[in-house]
Amino acid sequence: MLNVENLRAAYGESEVLHGLNLVVEPGEIVAIMGRNGMGKTTLMRTLMGIIAESGGETRVGPMSVSGKKPHQRVASGIAYVPQGRMIFSSMTVQENIETGLTVTGSSKIPEDIYDLFPVLKEMRSRRGGNLSGGQQQQLAIARALASNPKVLLLDEPTEGIQPSIIREMARTLRDIRDKTDLTIVVSEQVLSFALDVADRVIVIENGTFVHDAPRAGLDEAKVSKFLSV
Amino acid sequence: MFSDYTMNELGAIFAMQGFAGLILFSVFVLMALGLAIIFGQMGVINMAHGEFMILGAYVTYLTSNLFADYLPSVFGLYFFVAMILAFIASGALGLFVEWVMIRHLYKRPLDTLLATWGLSLILQQVYRSVFGAREVGVSIPDWMMGSLPMTDMIEVPINGIFVMVLATGISLAVYFMMYRSSWGLQVRAISQNRMMADAVGINTAWTDRLTFGIGCGVAGVAGSAFTMIGSTGPTAGQLYIVDTFLVVVFGGAASLLGTIASAFSISQAQSIMEFFLSGSMAKVLTLLTVVGILMIRPQGLFTLKLRK
Repeated sequence: MLNVENLRAAYGESEVLHGLNLVVEPGEIVAIMGRNGMGKTTLMRTLMGIIAESGGETRVGPMSVSGKKPHQRVASGIAYVPQGRMIFSSMTVQENIETGLTVTGSSKIPEDIYDLFPVLKEMRSRRGGNLSGGQQQQLAIARALASNPKVLLLDEPTEGIQPSIIREMARTLRDIRDKTDLTIVVSEQVLSFALDVADRVIVIENGTFVHDAPRAGLDEAKVSKFLSV
Repeated sequence: MFSDYTMNELGAIFAMQGFAGLILFSVFVLMALGLAIIFGQMGVINMAHGEFMILGAYVTYLTSNLFADYLPSVFGLYFFVAMILAFIASGALGLFVEWVMIRHLYKRPLDTLLATWGLSLILQQVYRSVFGAREVGVSIPDWMMGSLPMTDMIEVPINGIFVMVLATGISLAVYFMMYRSSWGLQVRAISQNRMMADAVGINTAWTDRLTFGIGCGVAGVAGSAFTMIGSTGPTAGQLYIVDTFLVVVFGGAASLLGTIASAFSISQAQSIMEFFLSGSMAKVLTLLTVVGILMIRPQGLFTLKLRK
């Protein structure tokens, strides 16, 4: 579903992603793991088109999205939950989700989004900025799902969120995948969450993939070693 | 300064100056709405906003002449047609200017300031060449002439009431569009986080252009209303632009309600003080007060309290 070939990205002269190759099947959940500064967020932002790729190609299904702007990529089926959530804090919960509907042309929030996150329905007329961190994370995911994506990108969704909610989020993500066959790519530093949620774990180090293994038979000790400072 | 007047006279003066202030308030609101929408979303300070308003005024002038020459039987209604034409003309010019000039200058506040100031000079000269340097006035339809006597000492002009009704209507329309339409949703998302708005699927470049057009269109309608209470000249827009900026900054740039509240207080203060002091003294006092308040509350009158 998501095909990345020889993807390169650079800030000015310094290249951060050195030709990444990645194939994610429909309905597969992949966790990209790595320490701070190894290129996880840059990868996510480049896939989304926020940072222009300096080389390589990205395809969603058969469609190339290389060189496209973020909103065009959303229309092609990529949705994005950024690091730090970035919800629109002065807008209500309902309005936040509605911004995700833009590319669908519909103006009504599908009921199954509220079914996944009942707490958002309860709080739909509260301002997004007044929600707790965990609720804001749910809102950011709901907003991304509203655009009816084929591929969902999540950048460090567990950052600053309490452990019980992290476990629930892993469950919800697998739940969404089981129901809709959504392809999910999640960048992560927390190994337990990655093991909870992912079918496959990839380790990124200094802008290249150094380890790629299915969860079954994953050498946890080896991955931990990559993650330790 | 109050000792020369009786209590009765003072009451009448306050009422009538208060009403004159309300008319000024209406023009401020119509001007400031457009400016605030544009500044709120794109951070562009449009120095040519006054000239977009004057374009609306000239369109109204042309329409009134057209009706007088060809459709004298329905002359009383020309103003409504003129208002729509003014919105279209100023809005179209706004779309064009955004496409040619402004979109290349986003994130460069000083450059936009200079560029739009240059644009205002160009437009002024165009008006001067086309319509002449002398001010033109429109003939007000009969039903808008005269005034309503409230008491023996207090009279309110009908055209003033009309301008106020118009300003209220346009404010409500803008409010409705901002908070109920999908365009408004996108505008608010962009003004909060442009990058994220793009990443949830909003075409920010197109929304920017549309917003600039709508903001300028509202200025055009303000110009239409302006012809009812003053005459139109090439540089008339300049007289209002500074006051309008004052209104927008004082109100808090992101808040429509703040804009309206600040337009109200500034116009009332101006109008009432103008009667007792000289015009420039009134302006000095208003400016000093606003500067003083902004030093204590740099965010303006109205802001939202939220978790950061």
